[in-house]
Amino acid sequence: MTTKNPAELNGTKRSTTPRENGEGDFNLRLYVAGQTPKSLAAIANLKMLCEDHLAGRYTIEVIDLLVKPQLAAGDQIVALPTLVRRLPPPLKRVIGDLSNTERVLVGLDIRPRPLVTK
Amino acid sequence: MQRLEKSATGIAGLDELTYGGLPAGRPSLICGGAGCGKTIFAITYLVNGVAKYGEGGVFMSFEERAVDLEENVASLGYDLSEMVADRRLAIDHVHIERSEIEQSGEYDLEGLFVRLAHAIDSVGAKRVVLDTIEALFSGLSDTAMLRAEIRRLFAWLKERGVTAIITAERGDGTLTRYGIEEYVSDCVILLDNRVVDQVTTRLLRVVKYRGSAHGTNEYPFLIDAEGISVLPITSAGLGHSISEGTISTGIPDLDEMLGAKGYFVGSSILISGLAGTGKSTFGASFVDSACGQGKRALFFAFEESPDQIIRNMKSVGIDLRRHVDAGVLAFEAARPSLYGFEMHLARMNRDIERFKPDVIVVDPISAFRGPAFEIHATLIRLADICKSKGITALFTSLSLSGDGMSESDRSVSSLMDTWLSLSDVEANGERNRVLYLLKSRGMDHSKQLREYRLSERGVSLIDAYVGPEGVLTGTARLVQETRERRAALERQQATERRRRELLRKRAAVEREIEEKRGALDVEEEELRRLIAQEEEREAGIGSERSELASIRGARL
Repeated sequence: MTTKNPAELNGTKRSTTPRENGEGDFNLRLYVAGQTPKSLAAIANLKMLCEDHLAGRYTIEVIDLLVKPQLAAGDQIVALPTLVRRLPPPLKRVIGDLSNTERVLVGLDIRPRPLVTK
Repeated sequence: MQRLEKSATGIAGLDELTYGGLPAGRPSLICGGAGCGKTIFAITYLVNGVAKYGEGGVFMSFEERAVDLEENVASLGYDLSEMVADRRLAIDHVHIERSEIEQSGEYDLEGLFVRLAHAIDSVGAKRVVLDTIEALFSGLSDTAMLRAEIRRLFAWLKERGVTAIITAERGDGTLTRYGIEEYVSDCVILLDNRVVDQVTTRLLRVVKYRGSAHGTNEYPFLIDAEGISVLPITSAGLGHSISEGTISTGIPDLDEMLGAKGYFVGSSILISGLAGTGKSTFGASFVDSACGQGKRALFFAFEESPDQIIRNMKSVGIDLRRHVDAGVLAFEAARPSLYGFEMHLARMNRDIERFKPDVIVVDPISAFRGPAFEIHATLIRLADICKSKGITALFTSLSLSGDGMSESDRSVSSLMDTWLSLSDVEANGERNRVLYLLKSRGMDHSKQLREYRLSERGVSLIDAYVGPEGVLTGTARLVQETRERRAALERQQATERRRRELLRKRAAVEREIEEKRGALDVEEEELRRLIAQEEEREAGIGSERSELASIRGARL
């Protein structure tokens, strides 16, 4: 569990891209509400996951709905935290604190859905 | 002690039976099966809040998109987009597609809270609808979390002080499919769509209302172009403005029987009778006369088609066609079993609104089959609608047997201001029609049983023969009348004979007196003559004697 500087949350955009959007880049948006343990965990987990699997081809936008509540309806946010893959299409969502890396990778279509064997 | 504050729904009838509306600042649950009007109920609550009470509203839809919702309620005359544009109403469609969502780790529904809070703040909402929050259960898999969050949501709504309606689909044996009635325990309203004898009736019941009295029955309600109205009997107000004016019955003799020379304008009239007693004809006479005076009439026919009525009435000299052509008479014909009662009422109400008649005829109300309570409620509403608009309403009702009142008669009799009973009198191998006024509120009226006849000149009343053996009708009356005439003639002849007898006797007596007087005269004459002779003789004797004396003296 990583703790983050609260100041980072209040900025709505927090890019960690080494280069600007290119072909096949992941545009991810993480919705949270305030600095709950779940929010903080989700941010840390996402960052770690992106560095591990999408190094150099992603942008992350963290949106705090307590600051910008009007954005919640547009992306059909109900559960929090919600990670939305805005690019590449189609739109994908992962809800939860992203602690299960495997599920996130499946949800973002980074790794193919495992075949059900049993 | 503080009393429970209520938030008026503006739904006719519902506010009466809940004594003011939903509990203000608390969530209420509206549950029911598919298609029983939950969403309409909820949206009506919000629209009325905006339009009637100046309270902003939030509609959070979990099923329908905002566009669909707007289209669906446009038929009720609600313009949601205008209210949204005026920032008095916020609609938020919450859509969760399970297949699009991957779950990884713990989450909560804070996003929903944020959206709701934002929507409430954006319009300053006092009223919130969540329609149907249980849809979340099909979108998200963590039911334990969902339950906890929904419970938290209701607590949060209470804290915000908004009055909320939560709609929920009815479950199998439970009020709601996912048992959320556990969390909404202040007010629960159950809607039902029940089919009895192939006729659907919408019913509403307040299952629970914490801290308030409420009507506990199942009440029929209807959804029409004017929204929802619940039909509790108690809401049938009696505050109609009344009229002193009268309107002719269309039958001059009948007008004479009524103290006010006709029906009161805006009153309800019941014409009950057996089959073939001419109920429809009385109705048609009334319509004919009203139309003739330039009034507008609406004829609700439940047994005959308009053309059939027009043809049949022609046979009794009533030409309804010309009124139809003149546009002052309209027919609305439908089989009563075609719809449920509330649909009939809704239709009638709509027709009345559209045609704006001065008089209506409902022929016959006995065609309605169903639970008496519902018929009663429907008719009360109809009579109320008419009274509130000053429409004179004439209802016909078929009685099943001669003496007893039929079910529909009994249930509506108290509603009716004038009740004309038509019946058959069977005697001497024939049937004759008689009518009498059972009641006529607010006027003196004839209590006489009258025989009437349907002829090519319409309905005409005949003076009834009331004799020692009761009222006689038909040929019995004619026979009796003939008998009376003969008796009178005989009496007259007897008198005549006695008079002649007297005259003759008088003549005889006078003749006798004459005779006796004649005999007396004769006798008197005779007597006078005898007296004269006697006197003469007396005088003769005297002279003879003096003569003798002188003779004798001379000799002396």
